[in-house]
Amino acid sequence: MEPRMNAPAVVAAPAAKDFKSAYKPVWCPGCGDYSVLAAITKALAQLGLRPENVAVVSGIGCSSRIPAYTTCYGFHGVHGRSLPAATGLKAARPDLTVLVASGDGDGYSIGGNHFLHACRRNIDLTYIVMDNHVYGMTKGQPSPTTEPDWSSKLAPGGTGLREFHPLVIALASGANFIARAFSGDPNGCAALIAQAVRHPGFSFVEVLSPCVTFRPEQREWKTRVHAAPVEPTDDPGRAARRLMTDDGFNIGVLYQGSRAPYRPAGGSAQRVEDLECQFRL
Amino acid sequence: MARAYAMELEATERYAQFAEQLDTHNNREVAQMFRKLAAVEALHAKRILEEMHWPSMPALPPAYAWETAEGPETAPFDSMHYLMQPFHALEIALRCEQQAQEYFEDIAAKTAPEKVRRAALEMAEEEREHVRLIRDWMRRVPQPGPGWDEDPDPPSTTE
Amino acid sequence: MDPRTSVSVALAGSGGAGVMTAGNMLLEAAAQAGYYGLMTRTSGPQIRGGEAAAMLRISAFPGDGQDDRFQVLAAIDWQNVGRFAAELPLGPESLLIGDPAQGEPPEVFTRSGARYAPVPLKALAAQVSGGWTNMVALGLLAALMRLPQEALEGAMRKSMKKGLDAGIAAARLGMAQAATLQGTPLAPPPATAPRWLITGNEAAGYGALRGGVRFVAAYPITPATELLEWLAPALAKVGGTLVQAEDELASINMALGASFGGVPSLTATSGPGLSLMIESLGLGVAAELPVVVVDVMRTGPSTGIATKSEQADLGTALYGLHGDAPHVVVAPNSLADCLATTEWAVGLAESLQVPVIVLSDQYLGQARAVVDMPPAAKVSFARMKAEGAEGYKRYALTPSGVSPMAIPGTAGGTYVADGLEHNERGTPSSQAADHLAQMDKRARKLAQLDPGDAWASIEGDGETALVTFGSCTAPAREALARARAAGVAVRLVSVRLLAPAQPERLKRALQGVKRVLVLEQNHSGQFLRYLRAEYDLPGEVRSLRRPGPLPFRPAEIHEALEQWSRA
Repeated sequence: MEPRMNAPAVVAAPAAKDFKSAYKPVWCPGCGDYSVLAAITKALAQLGLRPENVAVVSGIGCSSRIPAYTTCYGFHGVHGRSLPAATGLKAARPDLTVLVASGDGDGYSIGGNHFLHACRRNIDLTYIVMDNHVYGMTKGQPSPTTEPDWSSKLAPGGTGLREFHPLVIALASGANFIARAFSGDPNGCAALIAQAVRHPGFSFVEVLSPCVTFRPEQREWKTRVHAAPVEPTDDPGRAARRLMTDDGFNIGVLYQGSRAPYRPAGGSAQRVEDLECQFRL
Repeated sequence: MARAYAMELEATERYAQFAEQLDTHNNREVAQMFRKLAAVEALHAKRILEEMHWPSMPALPPAYAWETAEGPETAPFDSMHYLMQPFHALEIALRCEQQAQEYFEDIAAKTAPEKVRRAALEMAEEEREHVRLIRDWMRRVPQPGPGWDEDPDPPSTTE
Repeated sequence: MDPRTSVSVALAGSGGAGVMTAGNMLLEAAAQAGYYGLMTRTSGPQIRGGEAAAMLRISAFPGDGQDDRFQVLAAIDWQNVGRFAAELPLGPESLLIGDPAQGEPPEVFTRSGARYAPVPLKALAAQVSGGWTNMVALGLLAALMRLPQEALEGAMRKSMKKGLDAGIAAARLGMAQAATLQGTPLAPPPATAPRWLITGNEAAGYGALRGGVRFVAAYPITPATELLEWLAPALAKVGGTLVQAEDELASINMALGASFGGVPSLTATSGPGLSLMIESLGLGVAAELPVVVVDVMRTGPSTGIATKSEQADLGTALYGLHGDAPHVVVAPNSLADCLATTEWAVGLAESLQVPVIVLSDQYLGQARAVVDMPPAAKVSFARMKAEGAEGYKRYALTPSGVSPMAIPGTAGGTYVADGLEHNERGTPSSQAADHLAQMDKRARKLAQLDPGDAWASIEGDGETALVTFGSCTAPAREALARARAAGVAVRLVSVRLLAPAQPERLKRALQGVKRVLVLEQNHSGQFLRYLRAEYDLPGEVRSLRRPGPLPFRPAEIHEALEQWSRA
């Protein structure tokens, strides 16, 4: 008997558990994504949203499995294209709250170009990237954020390539809100996500989310993360300096801008037939 | 006390989630253990309700009002392993109860109001008892040998 | 010379001569005079100042095919105009007009036997202060066709923001020159129903709006860009939204996302862009998302010839998706049909919850023509929406294959649209039974489609059939008319619904046929292979095909038919 997947008609304001579907995640026990899921459900409840008014859009990868584990509307698209799908959805349905979930491969490799332009476009989305510095779904290849000396089958001895710095790229491309969270702190993560959703424009939350199967050494991340020693800034120059000297483990809101979010032009409501006069002889 | 109640509830939920995870990953034995642990925590929560004569759930503080990442009695998600043994589950529970005990002892030591101090001391004593129970239980389960986490099969790709 | 029901003229020149401007005014003049007309264009690779030619056909009957030959080729100058020779066929009855100050016409034109009439266009323009040479040529061409002066000057008044007086004066000088030449007068204009002046790309854009599209994702590519550019302000006027994407991978996904949100969506591209969109079209099939992609085909493969037409994306459109991914492919078969077909495509996409590819091409898309006002669509289609309910199954196995779709915002209707194979609920599934059930469902959706007469244009009768699609239809129709006039009965089947294939309907359409001539504009015979794969063709089958960029002319089709029916 298939468990109930969609939200029952909840009369009172939904609690965190009302955002979690009955579908059992297939993530490895110990995976950081469990915490992120918990954090997302907490954040959505705290924001007073209803599942039917929230859409979770994802691509391909372990983290992209997340839409089915919520009771929101979900869009599990193709690899790397979650941001454009979410952009089209939000542009057509600005009334919805749209979250985008991705991983370091889906988001920074194949999705890299869309990342740049989504930040630039600054449409009101919240982009949550669960970064575990590896391609987990395909069994352990380097991702753009993998350390250059991490050895794997595809790149024995390491890629030798300098890591991608997503927060710097996000800032340079125009993201309106940039934060880093850690899955080992689900409550802190929930708070950051709620803040990100509340903040207008493109909000980017990179969540360090260890992969217990392919990067078991990431267990020690919990000893390396630390609260960012500064207040969030709205000065891109100051943020740039911070992010360029970031150690990769600063947790908190690192940039909070005030660019107006993208709203496509439109709003008239002429009849379609009125357009014909330009063709008529 | 509302906090204590919230703590127990969160712990219950977490153990239940762990049980679900391990069911999905075919570790029935430890899934069963976590279900037991969840039931124990649920009992603790119920006891608090009874002692405080609360008819139903009180208004809970917002979940992330904890100073720590999660409630003191909530096991973190990263403590799991799909091949974990019953002993490991109890180790996790032990840590949780110890943290809970410390939490209440800390409140007792630092708080001024007498009523709260007394309640905290009572809760601390409760948790100490839980710690004893868990340790007992641990003696009754086998210690995991080396290679408990060995899986001859490599990970599989699902997408 | 006897009045003709159709006159084809071309105006060529380079270096900012303004041949396109003049050509457009000539078309407008013909329209105002009550004629039908068609203008296509060709140019060199330069962005500005290159050689260019405006090719027009003014006629007393509607049609968007080019004639066999041009009656007049006028050139402001001959610089590099020779490169267009293949596109400007001439004959001994044709007239070559050139400015003697610009030298003799190139041999590539004179070898046709066309007569040369020198006219000092530049010197004439200089007689008017602020006079332009292209206006002199415009007046000359209009007068050669005996277009009424008021019509020409009305057209000029409509389009010229400045320099109108000088323009009209220059045009009059050109008109006066026509008296010294043997003209090609047009027969009187027909009594016509209301007409429009429109390009194929505009027609497709408008058809999309009529069909209900209110979200468009745009990435520019020749020759589809104008379609998107027309939609940008038009959508805003009717309350829709256009977002410019960073690439085609983004544009198709934006359209899918908006469609998921409940809004009929569209994007337009050409061959290279369609290739990029293929993976995501598969997502649309698997997740059952309505979306329309207009492919304005151009010469391929790869970058090909961006500004020229070809019908060579058929294989990609039909078979390019990985896995078995049934979807709909339609092809407008005239410039005006770009409107009806795109409107139809939106309806099909919405009602069948499937991607629909519209195969237009550069020839139709960028040509501008006077067409009869298109009728309103007879049937309208809508998306089957779901009310939220306990246990809602997005992909329920229904008899028609179409399952109600919950729109985000609907309580109790939450589901995950997924490219992963899934069960009725939408939960990912690797079970054989689920895969088969969903494959059957998605195939059944299309198999149940009854397109009615819209599936093809079927005209004429006879034992010889001409089977084609898209822009080849116009010259095919003319060839048919000529054959009929010569007492040879030929049947035309121009397929508009390419996928799902309609074997029963084609069988009926080709009842009694002994010879099938398959006509297409590509090198390898993609349409022929498709027909052979999906249909049983009766009798003997021949292929008349060539790749772009040159359009078929009625004479060559007629010749092929003639030869064959005599054999």
